[in-house]
Amino acid sequence: MIRVERLTKDYGPNRALNDVSFHADEGEIIGFLGPNGAGKTTTMRILSGYMPPNSGIARVAGFDVIDQSIEVRRRVGYLPETVPLYPDMTVFDYLKYMADLRQVGDVEDRVYDVIEKMRIDDRSESFIASLSKGLRQRVGLAQALIHDPQVLILDEPTIGLDPAQIIEVRNLIRELGKQRTVLLSTHILSEAQQVCNRVLIINKGKLVAEDTPDQLRSRLTGSQRIQLKVGVDSDGVEGILADIEGVGRITLEGSGNLEFETIPGFDPRPQVAKVIVNAGYDLLEMSQTGMSLEDIFLELTREEPEPPKVADDTLDYVSVEESDA
Amino acid sequence: MRNIWIIASREYKRYFSDWIPYTIAFVFLLVIGIFFYLNLQVVMLQPGYIPSVEIIIAPLATMLVLITPAVTTRLLAEEQRLGTIELLLTAPIRDWELIVGKWLGGLLLILSLVAVTLIYPLILNQLVQPGIDQGPFISGYLGIILLSGALIAIGVAISSFFSNQIAAFVATLGVFIVLWWILDPIMRVVGPTGGNIELIQYLNFSDHLYANLLRGIIDVRDVVYYLSITALSLFIGTISVEVRRWR
Repeated sequence: MIRVERLTKDYGPNRALNDVSFHADEGEIIGFLGPNGAGKTTTMRILSGYMPPNSGIARVAGFDVIDQSIEVRRRVGYLPETVPLYPDMTVFDYLKYMADLRQVGDVEDRVYDVIEKMRIDDRSESFIASLSKGLRQRVGLAQALIHDPQVLILDEPTIGLDPAQIIEVRNLIRELGKQRTVLLSTHILSEAQQVCNRVLIINKGKLVAEDTPDQLRSRLTGSQRIQLKVGVDSDGVEGILADIEGVGRITLEGSGNLEFETIPGFDPRPQVAKVIVNAGYDLLEMSQTGMSLEDIFLELTREEPEPPKVADDTLDYVSVEESDA
Repeated sequence: MRNIWIIASREYKRYFSDWIPYTIAFVFLLVIGIFFYLNLQVVMLQPGYIPSVEIIIAPLATMLVLITPAVTTRLLAEEQRLGTIELLLTAPIRDWELIVGKWLGGLLLILSLVAVTLIYPLILNQLVQPGIDQGPFISGYLGIILLSGALIAIGVAISSFFSNQIAAFVATLGVFIVLWWILDPIMRVVGPTGGNIELIQYLNFSDHLYANLLRGIIDVRDVVYYLSITALSLFIGTISVEVRRWR
């Protein structure tokens, strides 16, 4: 459905995209992950027919974004990062205008359809200026869906929403992704993990990794982290552990708590348990903590002088009360 | 054609969600009314002089030059400020359709406002015997339509360069003032020195209206002049949008 080959885009002397290739099939939800300024928006703008690339090929539903731009645009629903709305229009008029521009058949039916789907029916006669951020986002999504596109491109669709709205939008995207190809960008890793079938990690205009969220984790974390809790008297445990095959770096965390990394390809846990018990220590707890996508992401994009702040979800949004103004 | 009409009709409707059209209609009627009244006073003092529609159309043309920037600046500058240009440029319409649609929306508004001023020729027709001369009336209003088309096209092109509406307004007004008033004095200065005044004269916006059209003469060259300015400006506007995509 989407095929991108060796895409390159320069803004003046700055290279925003460097030799990026990927593809997306029907029914796939692809997450575009990367720090700000990595090239996510640029890629999306190229695929939506907004701007042409400097070199490389980008095809949507078999149509070239440069030579068959109009055909591409007919098949793509696009929600830019700054949701483009006319504040002085009502929700209904805005969507009707978008439906007209998109040459939708039964304009009014279609508008009512998306209004219902986005659950903005009670605000359809409100002026967009009076809507809260969450509602505006939904109007923006409604706009992207108005012509029932095969491909949906969503640039940071959950940014600025409150936690409840985020869950709602994610569920919606999952639902939409069943019959469509969805490409969404985010810098919230857990979002990509929850929603997407496949994740593309992009940094400084280059694709640095591409896989399913689970595969990506296991591929990049050949080693596992194991946490151990032994009795208070834990002197000497470190020494015993270090002799076991498959145990890597050991970190002491005090008062009987230890953490060690496994060497890829080994699972030393049964051996560890035996050895500790045989040596007369109390083994209270042993648990495996896989590397999170956050760790992987930081790992992959680390060469930056100041690593991008990849905050927890909770820091990424400010809750916005739905305004009744 | 359908795309152009969608853009144009929305643009036209959008003007009426604001005070702009009512304000402009009021100013048109007021200013032209004052000129109209003063001209009638002159007629009273000079028996035998029969006023023509020129006394209405000449001030109308001047008002258009001053007021059109207020109509055109928002057409693209606002879309660029709001970011909604991204919606239009990812909709399945061609760049030239967008530009022509914007132009047509502005033109329809101006023509609606011009239509309001038809009340004065009607009054004049009642006042003079045996009624006004039809020739200058028709050619004069044709001139106004051509002039409006060209002014709005220039305005659309300039609006496409800006995302700041005030900057777009000032730039448009500046260009209009040069084309309308400044070329004439330049010609007078350059003329005696043997410079190429023909080109300057050809470019002079007001000359094409005043010399023939206002006097009841429809010269193909004047019509072609306004139409080519319109086409050229719309072309520049389209190029400007295309260039924007590449940046």
